[in-house]
Amino acid sequence: MERIPILRMGNLLLVTIQVDMHDRLAMTLQDDLTERIVRDNAKGVLIDISALDLVDSFIGRMISNTAAMARVLDAQTVVVGMQPAVAITLVELGLTLHGVKTALNVEKGMALLGKTNF
Amino acid sequence: MTTQDYATRISQLIQEHEAEIGAEWVAQLEALTVRSTVVSKEQLRKHCQQFLTAFSNGTRAGELGNIDHRSWDEVRDLLAEISSTRAKGGSTPSETATFIFSLKQPLFKHLNAGFVNDPAALASASWTISSLLDKFGLYTIEVFQRARDQIIVRQQQELLELSTPVVKLWNGILALPLIGTLDSARTQVVMENILQKIVDTGAAIAIIDITGVPTVDTLVAQHLMKTIAAARLMGADCIISGIRPQIAQTIVHLGVNLEDVTTKASLADAFVVALERTGTSIVKKG
Repeated sequence: MERIPILRMGNLLLVTIQVDMHDRLAMTLQDDLTERIVRDNAKGVLIDISALDLVDSFIGRMISNTAAMARVLDAQTVVVGMQPAVAITLVELGLTLHGVKTALNVEKGMALLGKTNF
Repeated sequence: MTTQDYATRISQLIQEHEAEIGAEWVAQLEALTVRSTVVSKEQLRKHCQQFLTAFSNGTRAGELGNIDHRSWDEVRDLLAEISSTRAKGGSTPSETATFIFSLKQPLFKHLNAGFVNDPAALASASWTISSLLDKFGLYTIEVFQRARDQIIVRQQQELLELSTPVVKLWNGILALPLIGTLDSARTQVVMENILQKIVDTGAAIAIIDITGVPTVDTLVAQHLMKTIAAARLMGADCIISGIRPQIAQTIVHLGVNLEDVTTKASLADAFVVALERTGTSIVKKG
């Protein structure tokens, strides 16, 4: 089954979504990510969604939820590279990712995690 | 007598008396038009003369009931030109239509004289010419309206382009000076523009300056908050600047929550904050 890879860098987890998100994939990612945060004792999660240029309400909620779950597991979460169209859709849906940090690209996201955590 | 015969006779009549009809027509027009400033007298005379020539040429073909016919091409082109010039010049529709309708009186006078021995033919010719001129009158109005519509559409587009510039102030700092009332359509454009620019320049801070926004109501505030939320999702911070005292009062009275947003009174203050956040400072020399 298709999965989104989760890479480990020290105590950071790096998730890059490079394919079209569909509902099943998003659910799997949620399971995998929460599992890995606990197993690897990760302190930071970076989710790169720069390749995602289309979201519906479900995927929007999944992104929001995944980020929130990571935060609950005490891992600083940064969502990076959101496209303008995706940002507008999420705002229109009322999903403003409260309490989740955002950055323009992976580089800035890493800098943000590095500054706050380690 | 067939239509073709009428047509030939009318055409002859017009050609023979072209100068007189023209002079009477111009006199009539000048008497009727209240504002003669929009179209100069010379231009009016020129138009009248051109139209009469084209009209008598067109009549000769005998298609008196159908103004879409090929023989009227010249007349229609001329009318279209006259109409659109007038529309751009600011004439009223009735002034433009009067141009055609006032031709009736001088023309009928000469028709009367020409058909004096044949009342039946006169009645029929008058009716044909009258309905023909009516059609041309309507045609001018249509062209006039179309020219006006084009002007409006163009202006709307220009306004939309004009109103949403995104300026780069510093490395990583963008400014968006908003001018004029924000409605949904404009906010959409503003939002897309600034988000796209954030992606293009990799800016970390965007300053939205609302000095030029006349009033802020709940809807405008909501639009602003949406833009700020979207920018935040992309990883850029927003600062609102240029809040006038009156607007500050309105915002508080309306109960709009701007607590999560950095707000500054002037663009200069906002710029200083933005520089601080990007780790830059300005030092005065000496």
